[in-house]
Amino acid sequence: MTYREALNLAIREEMRRDPRVFVMGEEVGLYEGAYKVTQGLLKEFGEKRIIDTPICESGFTGVGVGAAMLGLRPVVEMMTFNFSILALDQIVNSAAKLCYMSGGQYNIPLVVRGPGGPASQLAAQHSQSMETYFYHVPGLKVVRPSTPADAKGLLKSSIRDDNPVIFIESETLYAIKGEVPEDPEYMIPLGQAAVRREGTDVTVVAYMGMLYRALEVAEELAQEGISMEIVDPRTLRPMDTETIVGSVRKTHRCVVIEAGAGFAGMGSEIAAEVQEEAFDDLDAPVARITGENAPMPYARNLELLKTPSKAKIAAAIRKVCA
Amino acid sequence: MAQTKAAIPNARLDAEVARRLLTQMQLIRRFEEKAAEMYALGKIGGFLHLYIGQEAVAVGATSATRVDDYAVSSYREHGHCLAKGSDPQRVMAELFGRVGGLSKGKGGSMHLFDKSVNFLGGHGIVGAHLPLAAGAGFGIKYKGGDQVVLCYFGDGAVPEGEFHESMNLAALWKLPVIFICENNRYAMGTAIHRALAQTEIWRFAETYGIHGEAVDGMDVLAVRECVGRAVERARRDKVPALIEARTYRFRGHSMRDPAGAVYRTKEEVEREKMRDPIVLFAERCVKDGALTEADVKLIEKAVSDQVDDAVAFADASPVPPPEDLFTDVYKD
Repeated sequence: MTYREALNLAIREEMRRDPRVFVMGEEVGLYEGAYKVTQGLLKEFGEKRIIDTPICESGFTGVGVGAAMLGLRPVVEMMTFNFSILALDQIVNSAAKLCYMSGGQYNIPLVVRGPGGPASQLAAQHSQSMETYFYHVPGLKVVRPSTPADAKGLLKSSIRDDNPVIFIESETLYAIKGEVPEDPEYMIPLGQAAVRREGTDVTVVAYMGMLYRALEVAEELAQEGISMEIVDPRTLRPMDTETIVGSVRKTHRCVVIEAGAGFAGMGSEIAAEVQEEAFDDLDAPVARITGENAPMPYARNLELLKTPSKAKIAAAIRKVCA
Repeated sequence: MAQTKAAIPNARLDAEVARRLLTQMQLIRRFEEKAAEMYALGKIGGFLHLYIGQEAVAVGATSATRVDDYAVSSYREHGHCLAKGSDPQRVMAELFGRVGGLSKGKGGSMHLFDKSVNFLGGHGIVGAHLPLAAGAGFGIKYKGGDQVVLCYFGDGAVPEGEFHESMNLAALWKLPVIFICENNRYAMGTAIHRALAQTEIWRFAETYGIHGEAVDGMDVLAVRECVGRAVERARRDKVPALIEARTYRFRGHSMRDPAGAVYRTKEEVEREKMRDPIVLFAERCVKDGALTEADVKLIEKAVSDQVDDAVAFADASPVPPPEDLFTDVYKD
């Protein structure tokens, strides 16, 4: 099953299970989703539950928050997460804060989902790693699912979660295939990392496209005698620090790879956590391999320079393990 | 429909309705006068935006709804919350930042929420709660209910994109939301003609093909009647409306702008105070024979006692325990 089909199945199963779940967004119904994640849903669930919206991200995200206040469980699609900037106030100031500001009277079981991160020659405004905007905010949960099985299991957990969840997929992963459990109760709890490859010399933290790049590098470096352990955090907030730190205690080295710009990025956070929790276990400083601190260029050659390449990842890991 | 209409002058004023409306307006007025005192004493911190002068809007509008209808407002929401039926003790305790407050002291003056009366909150970002109101309307329709949503906001929210996005969505999807713009003529210190190309706010309804109407926001009966018609239509036909209630804020924008004297003249403020909605309505009640002057005095005394009790309750309520810092960030 493809990653795209896994997402579609997760939504379908949750909509069959719970009549409070509905899907709202630009082109989700008649057009069946800009990236076809919602294909066939209009036919199965009808216009009441699959709602095409005009282009007004703040407006329809706010509608989702208001509907959630009345006990519904909206799944709001961002055609791409880059557009969520227009809805940032509704996500950060409304969805994330209402539970707290109301002293727990209202909670917001809202999922905002869609693709994000580097795509292919979409240039600066359509190719950003948006998770950094969200995981800073208490009250939000942030998920980045890297495999088809995770796409299903994590989306189902997100829809059943009583809090606002930012669920960022990737254009570049929609077509990948993998085993996906058919069980309609297959769920992956939020806040639980996965060890994608066991190793002994260095802990590499990576997700989405960078995870696959890291897995390829691991094959390469294995031949040089470097054994990489690869941890996929899956949920960025809450972060499963325990699994990451546990791995570092074993390998004594840590490298974080992220596609987004490095300044104040995920690598900074993980580096800080690892040094606080496992300083004495470290044989080398925590290394960050990040996207360059520039907007995403259009030109293919420059685009390739912007995001960490396999060569760059391999070189950084060699250096840490030297 | 551009003209603001007074309530039908000859209609006989029901004594019970008169008493209820006057009591609520008096309660809100007294509550806020007391809140201003408590602010001066340092019992209340942060921002405190008073509604004094605008009471007829919240009270008139709420009186046209059912208890199970919803209301949502901006940060100038003490009046809407109290009119909806929240306990003044718990509202005052919230202003004091005490654990007995509606939100256990974690919301404050700008963020009153009361699920028990379907009050969907006070929201601090101008315009941001309009999509939430549309969402509540959507939720009602989705669940097959027949409630309506009253959404209060100031003239300052009208230039915001979310005003227009929400009008469009509510009209497009036929949502039972009554958008009530309390036009008090100033967005903080910016006069309406300096902020809006179209200062007849009710006219934006024409753009979206929905019912629009302006009403004298200093006349509680006119508001009640006007909102009542919109509520009836919304309940029956699932349609939104935009009502522009023309009113005036007697105090400044917040306690940090006590008189609001920089951007408006003293003469203007004094002139508007001559149209105090509470004084006007009390006179009308007495003139119509719905209430006696003694009744009016008794109401004043009763709400004054109620507000004193609210202060006593708030004062006696403990501050939130340290562990409350981390509760309600997420629902478990």
